[in-house]
Amino acid sequence: MPRPGFVLDVDRSTPPALIWHGEGFRLERLPAERSRVVYAPEPLSPLPDPDEAIRAALLAPLGDRPPLPELLRAGMRLTIAFDDLSLPLPPMRRPDNRQRVIETVLDMAAEAGVDDVVLIAALGLHRRMTETELRHALGDRVYDAFAPYGNLLQHDAEDPKGLVALGKTDLGEDVEVNRRVAESDLLVYVNINLVAMDGGHKSTTTGLMSYKSVRHHHNVRTLQHSRSLMDRPRSELHSSTWRIGRLLAKHVNVFQIETTLNNDTFPSQFSFLQKREWEWGVRDRASFLGASRGLDLLSPRARRSIFQSILAPHQMTSVQAGEVEAVHESTLANLHRQQVVDVEGQSDVVIFGLPHIGPYNVNSIMNPLLVSCLGLGYFFNMYIGKPLVRPGGVVILSHPTPWAFHPVHHPSYIDFFEEVLATTTDPAEIEKTYEERFATDDWYRHLYRTSYAFHGVHPLYMWYWGAHALEYASSTVVVGGNRRAVRRMGFRPASTLSDALEMAEDQVGRDPTITYFRCPPLMLAHVH
Amino acid sequence: MLREALEGRRIAITGATGFLGTALTERILRCLPQTEVVLIVRPGRRGATERMRRDVLANDCFQRLRQQLGDRFDEDTSRRVIALPGDVSLDGLGLDAAGRELLASCSTVVHSAATVSFDAPLDAAVEVNLLGPLRVAATLRLATSERAKTVAASDDAAAPHLVAVSTAYVAGGRRGLAPEAPLSETPFSPEVNWRSEVDAARRARSDTEAASRSPEMLARFRARARAELGAAGVPLLAEKTEKLRSQWADDRMVSLGKARAQALGWPDAYAYSKALGEWALLEERGELPVSIVRPSIIEASLAEPVPGWTRGFRMADPVIISYAKGLLREFPGIPEGIIDVIPVDLVVAAILAVAARGPLSSPDVVHAASGARNPLRYGQLVSLVRDWFSGHPLADDKGQPIEVPQWTFPGRQRVQHQLRQATTLLNGAERALRAMPLRGARADLAARIEERREDARRALGYVELYGSYTETEAVFSVGRLLQLQEGLSPEERREFCLDPAVVDWPHYCQDVYLPAVVAHARVPQAGGQRRPAPASRSREQRARRAILSPDRQLAVFDLENTLVATNVVDSYAWVATKQMGFPERARFTARILLEAPRMLRLDNQDRGDFLRWFYRRYEGGALGELGEEAWEMASDLLLAKSFPAGIRRVREHRALGHRTLLITGALDFLIEPFKPLFDDVVSAHMRTAGGELSGELEESPPTGEARALLMADYAAAHGLELAQCVAYADSTSDLPMLEAAGFPVAVNPETKLAAIARKRGWPVEDWSRSPGFRRPLLPFGPLQQGTGRDRAPSKGALQQRNGTLQQGPGRNHAGRKDIGHDATHKGSPAAAPTPGTKPQ
Repeated sequence: MPRPGFVLDVDRSTPPALIWHGEGFRLERLPAERSRVVYAPEPLSPLPDPDEAIRAALLAPLGDRPPLPELLRAGMRLTIAFDDLSLPLPPMRRPDNRQRVIETVLDMAAEAGVDDVVLIAALGLHRRMTETELRHALGDRVYDAFAPYGNLLQHDAEDPKGLVALGKTDLGEDVEVNRRVAESDLLVYVNINLVAMDGGHKSTTTGLMSYKSVRHHHNVRTLQHSRSLMDRPRSELHSSTWRIGRLLAKHVNVFQIETTLNNDTFPSQFSFLQKREWEWGVRDRASFLGASRGLDLLSPRARRSIFQSILAPHQMTSVQAGEVEAVHESTLANLHRQQVVDVEGQSDVVIFGLPHIGPYNVNSIMNPLLVSCLGLGYFFNMYIGKPLVRPGGVVILSHPTPWAFHPVHHPSYIDFFEEVLATTTDPAEIEKTYEERFATDDWYRHLYRTSYAFHGVHPLYMWYWGAHALEYASSTVVVGGNRRAVRRMGFRPASTLSDALEMAEDQVGRDPTITYFRCPPLMLAHVH
Repeated sequence: MLREALEGRRIAITGATGFLGTALTERILRCLPQTEVVLIVRPGRRGATERMRRDVLANDCFQRLRQQLGDRFDEDTSRRVIALPGDVSLDGLGLDAAGRELLASCSTVVHSAATVSFDAPLDAAVEVNLLGPLRVAATLRLATSERAKTVAASDDAAAPHLVAVSTAYVAGGRRGLAPEAPLSETPFSPEVNWRSEVDAARRARSDTEAASRSPEMLARFRARARAELGAAGVPLLAEKTEKLRSQWADDRMVSLGKARAQALGWPDAYAYSKALGEWALLEERGELPVSIVRPSIIEASLAEPVPGWTRGFRMADPVIISYAKGLLREFPGIPEGIIDVIPVDLVVAAILAVAARGPLSSPDVVHAASGARNPLRYGQLVSLVRDWFSGHPLADDKGQPIEVPQWTFPGRQRVQHQLRQATTLLNGAERALRAMPLRGARADLAARIEERREDARRALGYVELYGSYTETEAVFSVGRLLQLQEGLSPEERREFCLDPAVVDWPHYCQDVYLPAVVAHARVPQAGGQRRPAPASRSREQRARRAILSPDRQLAVFDLENTLVATNVVDSYAWVATKQMGFPERARFTARILLEAPRMLRLDNQDRGDFLRWFYRRYEGGALGELGEEAWEMASDLLLAKSFPAGIRRVREHRALGHRTLLITGALDFLIEPFKPLFDDVVSAHMRTAGGELSGELEESPPTGEARALLMADYAAAHGLELAQCVAYADSTSDLPMLEAAGFPVAVNPETKLAAIARKRGWPVEDWSRSPGFRRPLLPFGPLQQGTGRDRAPSKGALQQRNGTLQQGPGRNHAGRKDIGHDATHKGSPAAAPTPGTKPQ
């Protein structure tokens, strides 16, 4: 029986805590008597036979959907959309959930004699996936059966011919969706629900729609009013996607398949990352020492390639299929079972150790904007109820924050960082002054469509993602980051965690209370 | 007396645009208000009057007179000064009858035009300094006789008095007192036939010109031009070669002059040609009344028109500035030797006194020199200079004071030896650096070394040129000069002071001369307000503002190493290796490496030839498939190695409404993905037959001067001005294009271009690849993946004719270009089997 999450109050005998620091980690002793560490629940046991569970879910769908085979018939147009590279994190070992689910769906389609089947990677405004990445997600069999014949597509949010407008929601939100999806008799959406934000109507409304639609929920206003992003009923972003998704469901028959994973994040040689420090055995200590010494000897590039090659052993804990909202309710329950940790009250300071990977730097570089997005956008929002830190508190991030960018994946990020952030860091002003320019830029559009670049507007979304935290906390301190890059974002650089805590006292007074959110493994703090 | 003699007269002056001539003109205009002046000036493009206005009257020498006259300055000068177009290097001075008549109407002609540089080519020195006085004399005789015919037997028919300005150093390398007497009457003067010297000098010029055109020499110049410019294209190389040739011929004439002068006992061609000029003038003067004034080293004025007035870079100035910059660690000289300096206003007074006194029955010589009456010792001068610069140091490029060196007065040989060694060493370092394929900051190092080498070379030049003047042991007697002074009234003695005894050397050096030199040279002084670092930064900002001004119309970019850090070899390697397994890749790498030296050599010689040769490898390639692979390559190679700042710059230009044009030698189908970045693209195009590439280019590739022409044609076709064009490039093969553009920018320049950009003050951009990202070193395409069971087989895009490149089974690449994002792997519909069948 895996143990639930745990909040440790730090005293003098507490061993130093492991804090993630990009492609590496630090051991830090936290101030006794006023610090606490939030640990994730231990990994749930996976489904014993995932393929059988998938089959069962497809045959016994939730909500008002009939079993999948009843929706399939010869001569129909079937489209299977699937989550892109940004999920799960780190990428999972083969076979990927998407491969298992899609193979099962294709089996049923073949039995029903469906021969017009197209697969679409639901990229949204993300970069296209490479052949290697597609093969990893779908498996070679699916890839080789579809790709050579042009039946494996990647969503293009900027293809004027490939999009169809379905109207507007009651609040005037444009609904513009992939033409193939709109013209299909059935859309099967295959999802991996890594965090509470994923899934539901958000899958189709961000993954298969155009910038014109996405801008209605990816903006400063919704993000500042999402308390949090991970708590759907209190998320303005989700309210918008739900409105748009319901309108889509009136035009398109959507059959949603959602899966959840346990938080078994690291392979056995890194198992110490998964454990609580005082429970480290001799082997854990040895592998920690070996790993940290070894990493010290490597160049940043070598460290990056090692960490990027980590495949997580996480496994499927649930699968549910059928009508979107019913499915998502069940998914969230399963997700909460794995991730929720109860925390009593807020603290003056919260510490996030940021790991090497976020949704937008798989096989890429964690540039400073992604550091900000991961820390202030994702980690800060990993709460239900209220944030871990009190209003006006201080957020401390730990990450090397190198002034480094992937020239192919993040071209508009480079320009945004060099030009826009040098002028202003205010999300609202950035949205007002720069969003249109970046979103409609022809060169970025060209790179997004033909190369492997994120959409031109994406770096702005990264910045909006932190808008709630920027507004809520009084300041952000980055430990061990590139000073120039940190300052460019309006954050304060600190050499060590102790210095960062000293600096925090300027805002929150002497001897502040501290919460260290020891993530990954992923968890969701329910703050009472 | 002086005033009476010159009032109401008319004085002609040659060399009025020079230092002495300007001072003389000013003094006459200011102090002799009833005297008229005729200035014989070369008309140039603007005409003599305009040139006189700009080059003489606009000089700050006339500041005092302007203040005195106020609004009347223009009126007064246009009434009293006549510009007479003429040229002392032409027979008859290029004057017409009216000009000669004007000349004959003058009471005095002061001939001060000369080539004053000590290192003038032999023939130039001879033409101007030796033959100049003869031409003036001959013209005056002719003018006088013409006038005698028209103005019958009047008093006015008397020939003008010719006052020729020579130099005290015609005395040569003698020791002891040099008398104020014609050389023919001076003991120990060499017997020289000036006519045969003139012939020899002219012959030497034609021999040198012939020698410089010999095939061996021309080959040498060509090689040097190539070493400096690289593959800049035929016209630029030819231009450079010709420049080097004529430079070589001039240098040779300089050394011939020096050698000839020294063989006859003069320090250099200047003194030699001046001495022969005196000699010839006295021989050929006929009835013409002639006087000779021999100044020593003329320097800034003592008092008139203002203390410290100077014009041009005088003889000692560059030496002093170099010393103050710490560049001259040593300078030869005899500390107790006399360095004979004379302020310009004293020389002017001497000339006026000679003119006022009028000619003597036999030609006379007057020294305007200080050594005999008020000697300045070399050692004293050096310590005065040192003291002054210790208190008023110059600033280095960081604004720190420069410490001046302590000279120990070693022999000339030793100093020259040291400097030669340094020059040779730096030369070697520079050559070594230039031979390496360096870029950006490292290339700048080579440019810096070149500057240091230039410094050393210049220092050596000063030592060789001026060394003999600091080692002079002649003393110039001034008895006649003092006699002239006695002929003046006491009041005039003050106003037209010509006695060197009035000079207080410490005061003159430290309060008058050195401040004037430093101000004149415009070198930054320590402790001044100017901070060099921000100045250079603001220069950068200014340059950038100029480049990104809305007034610009066209921005032209090179691609390789300007916007992306790749070249044609990388692109080829990428497409060629895409179909290869590991062993073939290793073999391929080895082959390319073996060929690398040849490629480098060819590329250095002519970029166009290199491209033509290299592109033959594409023969037999399938255009369709290569065109599709180009899209993958754009991401995996070109964009991965792009310079984001460069791409941003292209977009900035577009946003400003400038047209943007890419000119590249890359093949068109390979750079297709870059087309949307620019308004237009010019690239190399390969002939095809039946979808197969021929390996031959349709037209010669856009390299070298072809780029400049393309740019010009493009600008003309779109109604844009080249003067409003910004051009970005990285190598000297783009030099013609950069030169043709109004705003050239060197991007990550290789060594040769870095040196050129530095010299010409072109802005340099240091664009780097995206920080923190490194593509694998070798420009290989990605490896094959997948099981391959269901793949439609396809032929490799780049089928090598001779079969050395093995092909693996290919992937299907069709459709990428047309359908873009949506259709990563869309195959032709006809070929697609029933999809949705159960994957096995």
